[in-house]
Amino acid sequence: MTDQETSKESGPARRNASPAFLADRAKFVRKETVRLSKIAGAGHYSSTFSAAELFAVLYYARLRIRPSEPDWPDRDRFILSKGHAAIGLYPVLADLGYFDPALLDSYTRLGSPFGDHPDMKKVPGIDFSSGSLGHGLSVAVGMALAGRMQGRGFRVYAMLGDGELAEGQIWEAAMAAAHFRLASLVAIVDRNGLCIDGHTEEVMGIEPLEQRFAAFGWKVCRIDGHDLEAILAALDALAPPGEGPPQVIIADTVKGRGVAMMEGALNWHVGNLADPDYAQVLDELDAGLKPPVWEHRQ
Amino acid sequence: MSDHAHETQGQDQSDLFTGDGGGGYKFNKGTVKGTPARAMPAFVLGEELADLADGDERIAVLTADLASANRTVEFKERHPQSFFDFGIAEKNMVTAAAGMAACGHIPFAATFASFLGILCAEQIRTDCAYPNLPVRLVAHHSGICMGFYGTSHHALEDISMMRSIAGLTVVSATDAALLRSILRASITYPGAMYIRLGRGRDPVVYETPPEGFAFGKANRLRDGKDLTIIATGAEVRPSLDAAESLMAEGIAARVVDMHTISPIDRCEIEAAARETAAVMTVEEHNVTGGLGSAVAEVLIDCPRVPFLRHGVPDEFAPIGPPAALYAHYRLDAPGIAALARELLSP
Repeated sequence: MTDQETSKESGPARRNASPAFLADRAKFVRKETVRLSKIAGAGHYSSTFSAAELFAVLYYARLRIRPSEPDWPDRDRFILSKGHAAIGLYPVLADLGYFDPALLDSYTRLGSPFGDHPDMKKVPGIDFSSGSLGHGLSVAVGMALAGRMQGRGFRVYAMLGDGELAEGQIWEAAMAAAHFRLASLVAIVDRNGLCIDGHTEEVMGIEPLEQRFAAFGWKVCRIDGHDLEAILAALDALAPPGEGPPQVIIADTVKGRGVAMMEGALNWHVGNLADPDYAQVLDELDAGLKPPVWEHRQ
Repeated sequence: MSDHAHETQGQDQSDLFTGDGGGGYKFNKGTVKGTPARAMPAFVLGEELADLADGDERIAVLTADLASANRTVEFKERHPQSFFDFGIAEKNMVTAAAGMAACGHIPFAATFASFLGILCAEQIRTDCAYPNLPVRLVAHHSGICMGFYGTSHHALEDISMMRSIAGLTVVSATDAALLRSILRASITYPGAMYIRLGRGRDPVVYETPPEGFAFGKANRLRDGKDLTIIATGAEVRPSLDAAESLMAEGIAARVVDMHTISPIDRCEIEAAARETAAVMTVEEHNVTGGLGSAVAEVLIDCPRVPFLRHGVPDEFAPIGPPAALYAHYRLDAPGIAALARELLSP
């Protein structure tokens, strides 16, 4: 991270964000998740930790957005279909200037704009409300069609959880995206391997994922979802928006990445850190990522 | 749809889907019971939306493999760039419509009521109503008008389900002219809307779109002091016909078209309780949770008045042609008149 880099930079400066800066912002996502969970008394730690690098690259380096103009019609859209990771997205939006970071202190308190799942009517920068899994890819299909009708060149990114791929509506949308040739639509699967009851492949298998999306007519790539360079490269390799196959980035991640006791641990989908653990986890996050203690089996 | 006669069975998808093959309505050179075919609600849907879209690029139309049955194909012919057939994937269609609305469009998503209000209830609640987006859900072939297609294709629960969703406007199109009024007024109306259409051949109540149409403001079509019949959708015409036959017996019935079920016109219901001797609701819907329940929720705060909820009892309808089912459930004019007499008899 260079001295010059700040969160509010836009345009070419954002595109040139250094890996060190992005790593720092991913750390920020994790630490804020821990802090906000403390306010609520519960939080989706591990589903947010798996997406931290994806959030950092998208919001600090690649999304075409204007935090000072949240409703800019030509902005790229980002749909957090796995809405339970909103706890990691709110701090990013605040950091970018969509709203005063101090507002986050009201997280989940009575009347707060910030619930466990994001509300587009209450939080500037949230492009669509989510929480009911399986809906986000359909929202993205509608937005991509709207972009085509309006002749705009924006992309629509939809971040999907791997567990929600068991929802039938996802595959209705996958079929439609290919049928309508929505190259502007980019799905990012946070493939962290776990749903609530266990490993996805034991609860409801979704593999072989690349072949499934390919069979639905999608352009597929698969990357390490914690490798910042790989995420940047995947986004830069996207075909231009327009008519063509929709594109999916399957990001292999580790649920709970960054906190050893949470990595691959089923009991941390929703949890609450007691005081001694709270301080220890923040220290662990401050020290930076170490090699994962767990990697999910496909 | 053209003005040409369509005597040959199979030319018109709308006809095939109304389950009249076993008798009942007779076709005669493009007319049904004297009603010009062009005036039928579902038949004007595509045309009216295409007219509106001529001056408004925000309008988009979506359907789920029923463009011929609901006549949105006419919209497709005139505005192909704003028409999207989602195939047999209704949930995806509704949520995609919400995505379009979030980008500034006014999407009209049309399919059978059973596969819209019932199948997509959660998408309507969570993706359309909760974010307060101007998605218009056009639910055609509601109630039991699909006759012998059976319960899978009936929608006798949708009013109940839809009117319990906060902020969702729920409105019935009485006939073709009122459908035009609804579609036109919907363009500037805030929030999501569920527009319930009947059998696509509903008999005429309004010759032309009525002046002064407003959501939430019922239309009093006929006045009387002995009884108020509050009806919605396709039951308005038989209610008017029932009132006519009751008049011959000296019973003066007020008839109210309660086109908007949510938000309901409380003033009109309170007036009925205050000014007439009894109140009766008529709907092509399960009596649980529908128009009758909505009216009862207002009447509970009014001076006591004899009250009858008339509709389909709390059961799944038997197989049969639509006309036979309406007679079976006394949802035709003679049935409505008979129940009114029973309500008023000492």
